Amino acid sequence: MTSVRQAPAPGTHPAPDLARLRGDFPLLSTTVRGKPLVYLDNAATSQKPRAVIERIERYYATENANVHRGVYELSERATAAYEAAREKARAFLNAASTREVIFVRGTTEGINLVASSWGRPHLQPGDEVLVSALEHHSNIVPWQLACEERGASLRVIPMNRRGELLLEEYARLLTDRTRIVAVAHVSNSLGTINPIADIVRLAHSRGVPVLVDGAQAAPHLRVDVQHLGADFYTVSGHKMFGPTGIGVLYGKAKLLEAMPPYHGGGDMIKSVTFAKTTYADLPAKFEAGTPHIAGAVGLGAAIDYLGALDWEAVTAHERDLLMYATARLEEIPGIRLVGTAAHKASVVSFVVEGVHAHDVGTIVDQEGVAIRTGHHCTQPVMDFFGVPATARASFAFYNTRADVDGLVAALEKVRKVFS
Amino acid sequence: MADLSDLYQQIIIEHNRSPRNFKQLPHPSRAAEGSNPVCGDQIRLEVELDGDRITDIGFQGSGCAISQASASLLTGAVLGKTRPEAEALFQEVHTMLTSGHDAPVDAAHLGKLAALAGVRRFPIRVKCASLSWHTLHAALQAAAEPVTTE
Repeated sequence: MTSVRQAPAPGTHPAPDLARLRGDFPLLSTTVRGKPLVYLDNAATSQKPRAVIERIERYYATENANVHRGVYELSERATAAYEAAREKARAFLNAASTREVIFVRGTTEGINLVASSWGRPHLQPGDEVLVSALEHHSNIVPWQLACEERGASLRVIPMNRRGELLLEEYARLLTDRTRIVAVAHVSNSLGTINPIADIVRLAHSRGVPVLVDGAQAAPHLRVDVQHLGADFYTVSGHKMFGPTGIGVLYGKAKLLEAMPPYHGGGDMIKSVTFAKTTYADLPAKFEAGTPHIAGAVGLGAAIDYLGALDWEAVTAHERDLLMYATARLEEIPGIRLVGTAAHKASVVSFVVEGVHAHDVGTIVDQEGVAIRTGHHCTQPVMDFFGVPATARASFAFYNTRADVDGLVAALEKVRKVFS
Repeated sequence: MADLSDLYQQIIIEHNRSPRNFKQLPHPSRAAEGSNPVCGDQIRLEVELDGDRITDIGFQGSGCAISQASASLLTGAVLGKTRPEAEALFQEVHTMLTSGHDAPVDAAHLGKLAALAGVRRFPIRVKCASLSWHTLHAALQAAAEPVTTE
């Protein structure tokens, strides 16, 4: 292989102790197809540290009972663990109160909750919902459903060829008809980090609330919902080193209080008669039924884990991985990067000239390299760039330059097969 | 252990690079569209029939090497065949693609199409190979709805 000429010098921050960090993640030492796993699909889901796995086991082994119901000791223990996780999530997002922290199944459910409980009562015929050109399907389809039902329409903030939103176009699209703005913090297929604080400021200047899809931001950035000013912010546990099936929807209390419940059932009521039901206060109003208690507790452990990281070192390391991967891929003839925003998370989407992304994925898999190939649930992004699919390597803090080298070596096999 | 050379046999690579009958027909008697939503593979298959006989065939679309090569091989295999013969071949290919990875393949009978059997060791890629065949089946059945292999 050629040498890397423009690889950046390691950052000025002390490098994280990668051997120790990787040792925290049992799955990273597994092999696939007889080769050491090179896991580069973190934007799809992240691996879990032992602390999370053991916390879930401990919950089931020593604390499992239903929450908010029993008067017995064990139920109190489960409730305490569940509510402690809510406090961890509050602190993670810097929400003002745990009343603003709703446990949901994930980002998709968080967005659906808002599109339904906030969207339906507020949208009238002729109204507009503003999303962006780089949204995941989960921040498009729920709004389409709400718009269709209410006779409202979806407008789209365009982006440039680098995958950056055009803020002047955004300002123009923000009108008296705009009811809500729904944008991703970080694009899952392009890696673009959107200027959320600016987007929110502009929307608020017109009295328009903003929902932020934070699924891809949570594993990479320190999120502060109060600093960002977001009215709704939602994340998925499994993308931030926690379990699947659990996520968080943050919403400003004033907005959540005015919204009708999303699901009806147990645990979200004050009293029920056949004539009338009074709903519980926040956050219980939005948590009908037995929640994913173990998931929430596991997510709490993931948040603790993240909290113990040296974020300056981790951020510098991810930045190094992004620049190193970008430089190495750009050296390979026939590879074109898709998504070259100035401000990016450690996600690298690319196409190999003359080779479909799925063939790339199958061939590098033979070398133990796991990358995502396809449209990444962002078909409008693929259409915009005129490609049916891309291959995507997405890095977490536990990835190494050697992982990038593994990908590059595997891509050499792609060239051989298709030569 | 799956071997890449099972999947990307030379004939597959070659048909992907230079697909046969990659064209639009001026007056197709039958046409069908197929897609593989997860992969983004798309194909439009057009057939010209003289009575029951396929006198011309063309496909257009985009997708992975397996889907493109399979479509290309298909056009060569069914051109000149009658509808029942083409349907029978569809059934044979379908059986071959969905049988166990070490099930015998009648290479003498299937000819170049036997190269598609390599996908059986890559279960996730079987639908790439079968897309064009399902689309042909739909065209011959004159199915109104686009087909999907999902």
